[in-house]
Amino acid sequence: MSDGNGKRLKVSDKVMIEMKGVNKWFGDFHVLKDVDLTVHEGERIVIAGPSGSGKSTLIRCINHLEPHDEGSIVIDGIELTEDLKRIDEVRREVGMVFQQFNLFPHMTVLENCTLAPLWVRKMPEKQARELAMKFLERVRIPEQASKYPGQLSGGQQQRVAIARALCMNPKVMLFDEPTSALDPEMIKEVLDVMVELAQEGMTMLCVTHEMGFAREVANRVVFMDDGRIVEQAPPEEFFSAPKNARTKEFLAQILAH
Amino acid sequence: MAMESITGRSASRSKTLTPLVWAQRNLFSSIGNTMLTLASAYLLWLTIPPVLDFTIFSAVWTGTTREACLAPGAGMCWPFIWANIDQFIYGRYPPEEIWRVNLTFALGIAVIVPMLIPGLPARRLNLVLLLIVYPLVAIVLLAGDRPGLPPVPTSEWGGLLVTLVVAITGIVASLPLGVLLALGRRSEMPAIRMFCIIFIEFWRGVPLITVLFMASVMLPLFLPEGMNPDNLLRCLVGVALFSSAYMAEVVRGGLQAIPAGQYEAARALGLTYWQAMGQVVLPQALRHVIPGIVNTFIGLFKDTTLVLIVGIFDLLGQMRAQLADPNWTIPQGALTGYIFAALVFWVFCFGMSQYSNFMERRLDTTRER
Repeated sequence: MSDGNGKRLKVSDKVMIEMKGVNKWFGDFHVLKDVDLTVHEGERIVIAGPSGSGKSTLIRCINHLEPHDEGSIVIDGIELTEDLKRIDEVRREVGMVFQQFNLFPHMTVLENCTLAPLWVRKMPEKQARELAMKFLERVRIPEQASKYPGQLSGGQQQRVAIARALCMNPKVMLFDEPTSALDPEMIKEVLDVMVELAQEGMTMLCVTHEMGFAREVANRVVFMDDGRIVEQAPPEEFFSAPKNARTKEFLAQILAH
Repeated sequence: MAMESITGRSASRSKTLTPLVWAQRNLFSSIGNTMLTLASAYLLWLTIPPVLDFTIFSAVWTGTTREACLAPGAGMCWPFIWANIDQFIYGRYPPEEIWRVNLTFALGIAVIVPMLIPGLPARRLNLVLLLIVYPLVAIVLLAGDRPGLPPVPTSEWGGLLVTLVVAITGIVASLPLGVLLALGRRSEMPAIRMFCIIFIEFWRGVPLITVLFMASVMLPLFLPEGMNPDNLLRCLVGVALFSSAYMAEVVRGGLQAIPAGQYEAARALGLTYWQAMGQVVLPQALRHVIPGIVNTFIGLFKDTTLVLIVGIFDLLGQMRAQLADPNWTIPQGALTGYIFAALVFWVFCFGMSQYSNFMERRLDTTRER
């Protein structure tokens, strides 16, 4: 499996995300400790680690849902500072998918998808609708367009959430445990969409416990523990020859059953 | 029974029961229940017949003078109402200018009713008409002092006109102000948050009567010489600020019910703070608190009667003034007047309440999960 699609995908030399010496505190709690991470265009990165290790916080710093306290984060040449304009600029280029889907329950599936193109990109309504339908077809639920999120299954909702993010034509997609809130039988339909996305060359950062997905799609696995990146390696190396003691322990636990 | 009242559904099985069996099960199922049933029946027998007798069976429907209502045992005196109906609606507004009030009412209905019917086109135009154009037109029409419109000072306004002016101004101003205050109170900016907290807690902490007294009596003492805003206007501002503080807390309750993920998802898509609030958070939050919002509106509508104490004659104040008219000194005058006033207030408040129920049911289909 480690020789699957993941390896054949091209990774360009262009740096998409560069984090240097990033530190963050929640009150007294030091969540991110001197994090350095460079992501090239077209890379598919899986971030793994025990809960509370700062994985989610790390990717939430990339679109400034969480402000970082120290260090620098540069996305596609734009440095994230407290400057609101730059934050909005980055958010337009970075799509995000949440564990709890966070679809807007008072809007139809189609309206969920057209909201940002209409208000942020100022796209004409007809064009926004066509765009939304294109992506809803890609996640294979165009027939649900006029329904409300509450009428869909968890897997369908998460696919809508992916389509909604794609409607902004992002350069990077962030996934924050996209399958953790799903019933087991729905995990595959969401992972399938993510695999396709990866094959199309999308730059992806994905916090997940789906190690099968990591092996198949990722070109790099980043392991975090206690707010630090303790190990990063291509999946074949990461799973077969982990170097760090914490990584070994984690893998032993997660792969035990 | 207990389960039914919790779920709010009536039991379908009771439909198939004969009245006798139903009564036995629900009214006489135990000694305690039987006693309660009998006591309630006695209380109803004591109260309902006299009320019906006064308002309907013995009521005087026709006539033009007080003599019509002087017969022994005569009930509600409608001639008193009809003879003074202009005062109840327009106060001391000059009779030859009353068409201006009627036109204002008609225009008001013309812009408010389409706004209340869901699904009509041109929402935005309608909102602009209602919130910006209509108030300006109404001020010009009612206050006058324009070519062809002689001035009518607000001291001559009264009755239902004043009640509606105060209530509608309060309602229209308190919702947007309340939303802003609620957002401000949850703001991450300390200065804004502090200001909103102080503002809300100040206005919530003082009685409306105090606010009206301050606006009417104290404020002119503090303002510079020559700057003397209209008494009604001062009260309007007082009422609007007062009710916006209440509204703010209702809206804040709604905001707290919306998971943080909704706001985060909107911001992650690139929406600005105001877009995220306006498109995603507030539509959901306000929907959650429709009952609370309408509750505040209804409370405000009834509180307008307090303007009486600063010498403004709303419907109730005008009613009291007409009761003092020696031409209409009749024994049942006060009862007649207050029942009529209560009826008018009830119609408006019940209307608001029914409309809110209708909107809740209509919006319910889109509720989450």
